[in-house]
Amino acid sequence: MSERWVTLAALAALLALPLWALAADEPFTITLATRAAILALAATGLNIALGTGGLVSLGHAAFFGIGGYAMGILASHAQTFAPLSLGPWEVPGTQSMPVIWLVAIAASALAALAIGALSLRTAGVYFIMITLAFGQMFFYFATSWRAYGGEDGLSIWVRNGFPGLNTLVPIQFFGLCFAVLLLAMLLHGRLIRAPFGLALDAARQAPARVLAVGLSPYRLQLAAFVLSGAITGLAGALYADLNRFVSPAMLSWQMSGELIVLVILGGVGRLAGPLIGAGLFVALEHWLGGATEYWHAWLGAILLAIVLFARGGIVGLLTGQGDRRG
Amino acid sequence: MSLLTVENLTAHYGPAQALFGVDLTVDEGEAVALMGRNGMGKSTTVKAICRMIGSEGRLTFDGQDLHRLPSHRAARAGIGLVPEGRRCFRDLTVTENLLAAARRGPWDLPRIEALFPRLAERRRQRAASLSGGEQQMLAIGRALATNPRLLILDEATEGLAPLVRQEIRAAIRQVRDGGMAILIIDKSPRELAEVATRAVILARGRTAWSGPFAELTPDRAEALVGV
Repeated sequence: MSERWVTLAALAALLALPLWALAADEPFTITLATRAAILALAATGLNIALGTGGLVSLGHAAFFGIGGYAMGILASHAQTFAPLSLGPWEVPGTQSMPVIWLVAIAASALAALAIGALSLRTAGVYFIMITLAFGQMFFYFATSWRAYGGEDGLSIWVRNGFPGLNTLVPIQFFGLCFAVLLLAMLLHGRLIRAPFGLALDAARQAPARVLAVGLSPYRLQLAAFVLSGAITGLAGALYADLNRFVSPAMLSWQMSGELIVLVILGGVGRLAGPLIGAGLFVALEHWLGGATEYWHAWLGAILLAIVLFARGGIVGLLTGQGDRRG
Repeated sequence: MSLLTVENLTAHYGPAQALFGVDLTVDEGEAVALMGRNGMGKSTTVKAICRMIGSEGRLTFDGQDLHRLPSHRAARAGIGLVPEGRRCFRDLTVTENLLAAARRGPWDLPRIEALFPRLAERRRQRAASLSGGEQQMLAIGRALATNPRLLILDEATEGLAPLVRQEIRAAIRQVRDGGMAILIIDKSPRELAEVATRAVILARGRTAWSGPFAELTPDRAEALVGV
């Protein structure tokens, strides 16, 4: 099967499941599909840095959490009618998703610019450790941020709104998340084929040769890291809206690890990799998690099998093309 | 004024000095051969020009001091390097290799494919799956795609079959006839004479001789290049 068909089949499956659930009156399944779509979006963001750019970031939970807190902070001010004070200015909160998304994207992109600008001066294991350290800084900051719930997190009473939709209806919120995921995947697909994506891929393979054709690997990777962080941040805002809750757990290093697991399960650098990884993860979490408390052990076993026997992840297995990255 | 001016260039690898005073110039549209035995500093000179290693002395390109530029800026200024050993982006296809490097100018994809019809036949093939000669053509094509003003070829036909060497030399002549300046490194004076009009010979990290190819007598070539 070609990769294009795998991508289309995965998208069709994600779309069909909640439609079936709607017909069968199984609203919880719709919520599970929404969770899978949002995690797939977060992992698609990571996949741009990790898959195309070869940047193993163990700090992407920072962007996921920043997106989450952007939603939590704006919505909590809206629900208490207390304005948000930014130095000399006072800004009202909002429950409008488009505004929240813009803030989430801007805030996480800015954080990614700062973190990337410093981390990308290193490589390999140092890059992993520095991104982890930045992620932990945000985590500990959030746990001690009393104004926004500290360790307990922040609850939002009503899901935020989107013009023309009733986001409280599960299938409508799913449709919104699915559309955002689709847009992100289209963007990633175009990016892979554009000169920027090709040069980024080349910088992963051979940075010195990229310099020789007049491109700076540092700038290419920084741009990819910012884009990657922004998409993961947007996913964070949606995730917080799904749960109507945001807590430091979204910023924890385990969250960063989980995102990496999703990408590896599905296929590093593959367009559908994050989607298939997230789908499998949510399915296992639901089914195995219902049967045994130790479902993570099974996830570990599957991950081990994929890393050992299918380096291109599930997409690689389905397309019959192992890891292109050798 | 010369396009590339190298004067009294010195360079070190850690404590070991590799260049002791290299002088060479390449004029606009001129093809110059850089020759010398193994270990005499040819590749080091190229690395210094491309700012891949630090160096001292005068190093200007089109009036700009190259010592002020990081290596990717030197490439942007118009120096296209075909490095030793066919270094393509192995996991990208032929077209992707060219697109990743492409900058606006007369050398667009159709023109590069016309120069190397074999690349056009293998557009969608991964670089790693090409033959050695094809990879070399791709490396040259990729450097051309950046639309440089000076093309530097470091041992571009090393280790290839005679027929393929001939094909690549013919292509290089075509590029030269199009008006691009070329600095070419190779070991065979006979093959270089087909492409270059002038030669610079390095010995022990210094310019030992430079002049028109016609003045490079067999004795002198024997003494300095060892052929």
